[in-house]
Amino acid sequence: MDFKLTEEQLALKKEFDDFFREEMKNAPEVYQNEGPAEACYASDEGWEFHQYMKKKLAKKGWLTMAWPKEYGGREAPVIEQLIFNESHAYYRAPGIDGFGVGMFAPSLMLYANDEQKKRLLTPIARGEVQYCQGWSEPNAGSDLASLRTAAIKEGDHYIVNGQKTWTTGAHRADHMFLLARTDPSQKRSRGLSVFNIDMSLPGVEVRPIQYMNGAPIYNEVFFTDVKVPATELIGDENDGWKQTRDTMNFERSGAGSFAAIRRRLEELIEYVKTTKRDGKFLSEDPLVRQKLARLYTDMESGRALAYKIAWLQEKGNLIFSPAAASESKVFSSELGQRMADLAIDIMGPYGHVEHSKWSPLGGSMIDTYQSSIGYNICAGSNEIQRNIIAWVGVGLPRFK
Amino acid sequence: MDLDFTSEQEMLRDSAAKFFSKECPFDRVKEIEETEEGYSSELWQKVVELGWTGLIFPEEYGGYDGTFLDLIIIQEEIGKSVFLSPFFSTVIQCGLIILEGGTEDQKKDLLGQIVEGSLIMALAHYEEEGSYHIASVNMAAELKGDQYVLNGTKMFVMDANICNKLIVVAKAGDDGLSLFLVDADDPGLTITKIPTIGRDNSCEVIFKDVKVSKENVIGSPGNGLEVLEKMYAKATIAKAAEMVGGCKVCIDITGDYAKQREQYGKPIGGYQAIQHYMANMLLAYDTSSNYLYRVACMVDEGEDFGAEASSLKACVNENFKFVSERAVQIHGGIGTTREADIALFYRRAHPYKSMCGDTAYHYEKVAEKLLTEGSISY
Repeated sequence: MDFKLTEEQLALKKEFDDFFREEMKNAPEVYQNEGPAEACYASDEGWEFHQYMKKKLAKKGWLTMAWPKEYGGREAPVIEQLIFNESHAYYRAPGIDGFGVGMFAPSLMLYANDEQKKRLLTPIARGEVQYCQGWSEPNAGSDLASLRTAAIKEGDHYIVNGQKTWTTGAHRADHMFLLARTDPSQKRSRGLSVFNIDMSLPGVEVRPIQYMNGAPIYNEVFFTDVKVPATELIGDENDGWKQTRDTMNFERSGAGSFAAIRRRLEELIEYVKTTKRDGKFLSEDPLVRQKLARLYTDMESGRALAYKIAWLQEKGNLIFSPAAASESKVFSSELGQRMADLAIDIMGPYGHVEHSKWSPLGGSMIDTYQSSIGYNICAGSNEIQRNIIAWVGVGLPRFK
Repeated sequence: MDLDFTSEQEMLRDSAAKFFSKECPFDRVKEIEETEEGYSSELWQKVVELGWTGLIFPEEYGGYDGTFLDLIIIQEEIGKSVFLSPFFSTVIQCGLIILEGGTEDQKKDLLGQIVEGSLIMALAHYEEEGSYHIASVNMAAELKGDQYVLNGTKMFVMDANICNKLIVVAKAGDDGLSLFLVDADDPGLTITKIPTIGRDNSCEVIFKDVKVSKENVIGSPGNGLEVLEKMYAKATIAKAAEMVGGCKVCIDITGDYAKQREQYGKPIGGYQAIQHYMANMLLAYDTSSNYLYRVACMVDEGEDFGAEASSLKACVNENFKFVSERAVQIHGGIGTTREADIALFYRRAHPYKSMCGDTAYHYEKVAEKLLTEGSISY
């Protein structure tokens, strides 16, 4: 057993680090002060920089490094993806449409017809489009299979009616991959289908939801008699549930989250070393020291788990990974929240000041305090994740 | 990168697991822990025959030149079975002290005896104040003629009640912290076992005019701090490994119990209250165990691992306590009894936290490094 990177991997890491360090010097301030979703989707300047980085990453071939070769990727080993994701997250770089590149494209490769693959994959690979995810509904959150948005076939079209919600970046997206009920007589996971939706179609209405920190990230999306050409159905009708569950061997260890926390911890260390209270630097306060150490310890133990997950993924071991990926999601999201809580505690009354001349570290920690709790809820709430860990990881029974 | 164990290491783990399940099931542990000796000399001899007492020592001293990760595997299995023996005190603490700081003659003589199982040793370091700081030693070794004379009290000396020799940490005048070899049957010693919930053979050792000749200084006077720091950095990881093993068994035992125990006509493991406890327990174990292997590899790869050892111990301290406590909770009433297997772990999680330093002690070491270096190397 050894944790060392090879010469090639070290060179790759340096290439990624050098690139992101340089590029992020030109990033708008929001990438320093706000969370990754806020920075990308909220302001116009943040959004434009995201578009710029997409093209850059596409040109380097990094956007699709995990893709199969036949679709223009290079099937990068999971460990290389992990090195990239760590560097990308550490430098808080944008430029990856996770919905398009990471979620919908793999689904297209497995289920789309040749015409769809040609038409839809190329713009994703070139970083020319932005996708959003049409899954959650007001009454279908953790229980996704209970969704009700309907797509009823009429001639060579489907007529879509219903509502999606918590749709990240819908107000910026060109397309949505929509999960809708094509057979209303069937219940739950049966009778669902996947569509590629053009967000500019008549009858699609996007209403931003203001997140608690004021940023427009999430949206409600209403569908009123939206006429979707049947050519936008992906795979077989009523076979949509399976498509939502299939994923490719893309790195999902969560290593990037720990790298992002490492950057924030370094900034916090600099803050306590340069900030005085009651005549002493905060770094001399034993309580502050204990808290910082605990954060480091948690971060490093989480990172060790993430590396193990990536290693098992690389070896094709899918028995351990499903529970472990849930573990990493739970641990990293809650650690992000603990980090922000600890940081604003240390900052005293300044901890609660939003981005302004008074806010320490550009207000990044109070922003994270608000955004991080969202990560405990999105992408499978931490309660659902814990169920999965108990069922798959411990083998406890699942009551129907 | 290769995060798998070698096939030899898998075999080492298997053979250790088989040995303990055959020779030292939990019922046997419960018998042994109530004895005055607190260990079984018969089982200890079998461990010697398996070669574990020589695992980490070079071949020239009769050892088998194993890797540090090999030791970690054995320690995990010891932790899983709650094997009560002088392995930690004799092989890890005193063995590493002699290996790091002893003279060539001392290494040949003492390590040879440890490997062949004829010598049990105890480290007399901590004192009545109960500080974990390595340099927090008041006991003085007064040089009188060509002999040192030791007076004072050492506390929490593990296995002093069964050892043949002690290594005593004391200050030798201007030389500072030094290590002295003392025979356990010296008439100036009074050894009394301290009742701890972990049944870990902790002893009080009172020294009254105990004389030590100069050749019974380990290495040279004044080397104590450096040698102890080196030993503790490794021993800290080894103790953490025992605790990680404990976490694993707590989860296995409790998972089985939760699948079998029925209430309201269903196994309690199907209820989310129990599932979420167990998810948190598994998370605590998986983060701890993977962190353990990473830090152990740093030792084998020759990296600077001192602060990481501290970070690991702090992590495992909190996680083992958490896991063992939830494990008893899920067992309900039966888990609180003396006969319950799970209680063996609950009674050890807290004492183990204090061995080689508690959480606050180790966090401070981590903080010192973080605040000195600023950036975190990756």
